[in-house]
Amino acid sequence: MHTDSDILELEDAAQTCTDVPMVESTANSRTRDLDRLLLRSGHLVGPNFEPSVELRDYLQEYARVLVVGAGGLGCELLKDLALSGFKNLDVIDMDRIEVTNLNRQFLFRLEDVGKPKAEVAAKRVMERVSGVNIVPHFCRIEDKDIDFYNDFIIIVLGLDSVEARSYINSVACSFLEYDEKDNPKEETVKPMVDGGTEGFKGHARVIVPGMTPCFECTIWLFPPQVKFPLCTLAETPRTAAHCIEYAHLIKWDEVHSGKAFDPDDPEDMQWVYKEALKRAELFGIPGVTYSLTQGVVKNIIPAIASTNAIISAACSLETLKIVSGCSKTLSNYLTYNGVEGLHTEVTDFVKDNDCIVCGPGVLIEMDTSCTLQKFIEQLEEHPNLHLSKVSVTHQGKNLYMQAPPVLEEMTRSNLSLALFDLMGRISGGTVHVNGTSIKNNKKTSGLRKLRVVFKGVDGMADMDTAGGA
Amino acid sequence: MAEPKIKYDRQLRIWGEQGQAALEKASVCLLNCGPTGSETLKNLVLGGIGSITVVDGSKVEVGDLGNNFMVDETSLGESKAKCVCAFLQELNDAVKATFIEEFPEKLIESNPSFFSQFTLVIATQLVEDKMLKLDRICREANVMIVFARSYGLTGLVRVSVKEHTVIESKPDHFLDDHRLNNPWPELKRFVESIDVNVPDPVAHKHIPYVVILVKMAEEWAQSHGGTLPSTREEKNELKDLLTSRMIGLDEDNYKEAVDAYYKLFSSRGISSDLMQILNDNCAEIDSNSSDFWVMVAALKEFVALEGGGEVPLEGSIPDMTSSTEQYVNLQKVYQAKAEADFLAMEKHVQNSLKKIGRDPNSISKMTIKVFCKNTRKLKVCRYRMIQEEFNSPSLSVLQNYLTDEKYSMAAGFYILLRAVDRFAANYNSFPGQFDGEIDEDISRLKTLAVSLLTDLGCNGSILSEDLIKEICRFGAAELHAVSALIGGIASQEVIKLITKQFTPMIGTFIFNGIDQKSKLMLL
Repeated sequence: MHTDSDILELEDAAQTCTDVPMVESTANSRTRDLDRLLLRSGHLVGPNFEPSVELRDYLQEYARVLVVGAGGLGCELLKDLALSGFKNLDVIDMDRIEVTNLNRQFLFRLEDVGKPKAEVAAKRVMERVSGVNIVPHFCRIEDKDIDFYNDFIIIVLGLDSVEARSYINSVACSFLEYDEKDNPKEETVKPMVDGGTEGFKGHARVIVPGMTPCFECTIWLFPPQVKFPLCTLAETPRTAAHCIEYAHLIKWDEVHSGKAFDPDDPEDMQWVYKEALKRAELFGIPGVTYSLTQGVVKNIIPAIASTNAIISAACSLETLKIVSGCSKTLSNYLTYNGVEGLHTEVTDFVKDNDCIVCGPGVLIEMDTSCTLQKFIEQLEEHPNLHLSKVSVTHQGKNLYMQAPPVLEEMTRSNLSLALFDLMGRISGGTVHVNGTSIKNNKKTSGLRKLRVVFKGVDGMADMDTAGGA
Repeated sequence: MAEPKIKYDRQLRIWGEQGQAALEKASVCLLNCGPTGSETLKNLVLGGIGSITVVDGSKVEVGDLGNNFMVDETSLGESKAKCVCAFLQELNDAVKATFIEEFPEKLIESNPSFFSQFTLVIATQLVEDKMLKLDRICREANVMIVFARSYGLTGLVRVSVKEHTVIESKPDHFLDDHRLNNPWPELKRFVESIDVNVPDPVAHKHIPYVVILVKMAEEWAQSHGGTLPSTREEKNELKDLLTSRMIGLDEDNYKEAVDAYYKLFSSRGISSDLMQILNDNCAEIDSNSSDFWVMVAALKEFVALEGGGEVPLEGSIPDMTSSTEQYVNLQKVYQAKAEADFLAMEKHVQNSLKKIGRDPNSISKMTIKVFCKNTRKLKVCRYRMIQEEFNSPSLSVLQNYLTDEKYSMAAGFYILLRAVDRFAANYNSFPGQFDGEIDEDISRLKTLAVSLLTDLGCNGSILSEDLIKEICRFGAAELHAVSALIGGIASQEVIKLITKQFTPMIGTFIFNGIDQKSKLMLL
């Protein structure tokens, strides 16, 4: 709270400058409500909280926040953040608006169907909240340079896929550097806030790489999706879903040689539905409907406005608190369940110190003669990595790039050179590799940090004793 | 598919067309359209609620532009209710949206009958004495209320309804009703018709686990004087017996049987939750009874007669490893029993209706069928009047939370949210509303909070000094993110109440925006 001396100081300042809390926090200001938190001191606040007009200016003028996803959560997040003092937002989403979005993605109207979500969402929020600048990015998250993500003070995730979360997590964690005592360097920590919903349930979590578990540390929270065995579909169907998947996965290919099934083409969906119906009749199985066919084939997750609102609001509030320090923060995982009454639970998950994504990096020992080509091959066979199609960078310098073709050609000659030479003949260092790995039969792209140590070169003792995988 | 059906596809997968129809028939009234109220309504308008009436007497100020998405620069000086209503209408033209430029506090005082036209009232940002009055008005008129309030980094949501009954509560995890340890004659006969020792390995690994378990239980009972295993050793013995019958390592049906063998020991008959409903006074029906209670009365008779201590069979079985033929036939056995139980129940319902002088066909077959499928999941929610809770909250619960390491902050906020209303009644402003008076307000609020605790009988309970200071720091601010969260929760409860599906919250939900350790407290 303001002490007497505070007030004296403020009164003095008021004579020379209008930029003081007492003057600013009047009822007649856009920040009327936020000012209570940003200009007044508190006792249950973050460690570096300094209430001031400067703090508010910092949020408004300098803090850049990235929202990943402009769907059910993304629309809410943009609105919530724009009304929580942030004025510089970016939003990235590769999708276009569909009719089925309109029951919850409140920034979109029927006439917007077909337009890029990121662009419409940004425009709508800017129209209503003056002074806010939102830059839309209508592209895949993998299309952006890694550096793009480093420009933001915090990344807020409104996604519906494990793969996309995993990718952003790997990018944010790749910025993290550790000091010689294996403590994370504060200036390299890129916090994330992640939300997710399904029906009446959802979660919100705070990820501070190096301090709290990252997405990969607790990947078990997202169990892989169960798929039907093909022999069940082909030989012993029992449920409507089995009949639908038979039509979708087996019959389609038999009939349409080479033509890929398009889940967004109503004719294709209708074909699968009819085939499924035929099969169900043949086996005496009830329950095949068009709606179920869509649900099974597209793996539709039911979604409603209220749950998205709850989870996005929790994420936005945490974002405000992390950036400003104006209150304590969630540590570190909140679940919400509204199915039976209302249950909320906060769980403090622990970090996996051997995590290959947020840890100090996978340790790789190499001979000084080993070529870059050899090094890349090793990564594919590495038991913890299994990375293929790898691009390699060292201290921001591209050693080998898979794409675009121009870069590939420019860096191809490095493949036959010794990594030791390419890294400037030092005892070791951190190398970033970007590639794909196969997990649960799904390809995922990811960025990994490797700690390369060259055998028989002096000055590596400290690295040997450091943790890592 | 028609466009509205496509638009609502993702929610129809949750509450179905019945739920959607209930929403589209409902008329909802919102009191005060600050961000908390506006966000609550937004979520309902998107979902296609029938009609909304926005009641607010204030004009849009600059400060509102910073926390309410439904107003913008062009709204300055205009009626807030009108601006919010116009924006909400933009979201969904199927909704009938109207507004009344009037202070809700005035309506509560001068026109209590106004509220009786609505299905449900959403009352936001009301202080204690207005909450109490509105609660009495709506209880009398049999109108549901959801109270919602955002206050700095805290807030509350409270439902108030005399009685809310749910047939389709759709719980997440619920033990299947397979009657494995209590098979009816047709199921027994079906199991007997299958040779579990069939030598053909393909046939052997395609026997449904339900058949395997019923057979095993029978075998065991025959060699153990007609009883099932009761001790842990006996249960393990049965499990070993089960494993010994596997003839290959790839027999998924046996693996499923081992995983599900505990179902053999699930208790027979009626759960204590259901017993409570059957024994409820309302199950003694008269001409004023609702359809729900008429069906409960019928259920009671069914359990005593045809059911032999069991409820009607639900009749569905989950997917399990099996040949198509055996699975489909097993399914038919379950469905036939469910159909027979339904027919018996229908008779009881008709008799019950006759007894109370109603048309015996006034409850549709469809409704009775849904009821039969959900008898084990029925819910009856009754809510204390706000006044009762405020005068005599459950002391032990309150005191437990006040001293609980995880939830003492939420409990503290509960007390302080009430103390700020006493503050407002005494001083005509909320604590910390004006910058210059904060220190004075802290000590005033502390005094009020302590006397409130004493009034409640929580002598000796201490509120953290930091929390009192925080509440004063908040100065009654209505932050957008907190309002969106409170509004989200309120709208979700509204949906559950109107669709009569899922279980609405019972108790007062206190939001803790400091570390998110919020709590639903049944006081």
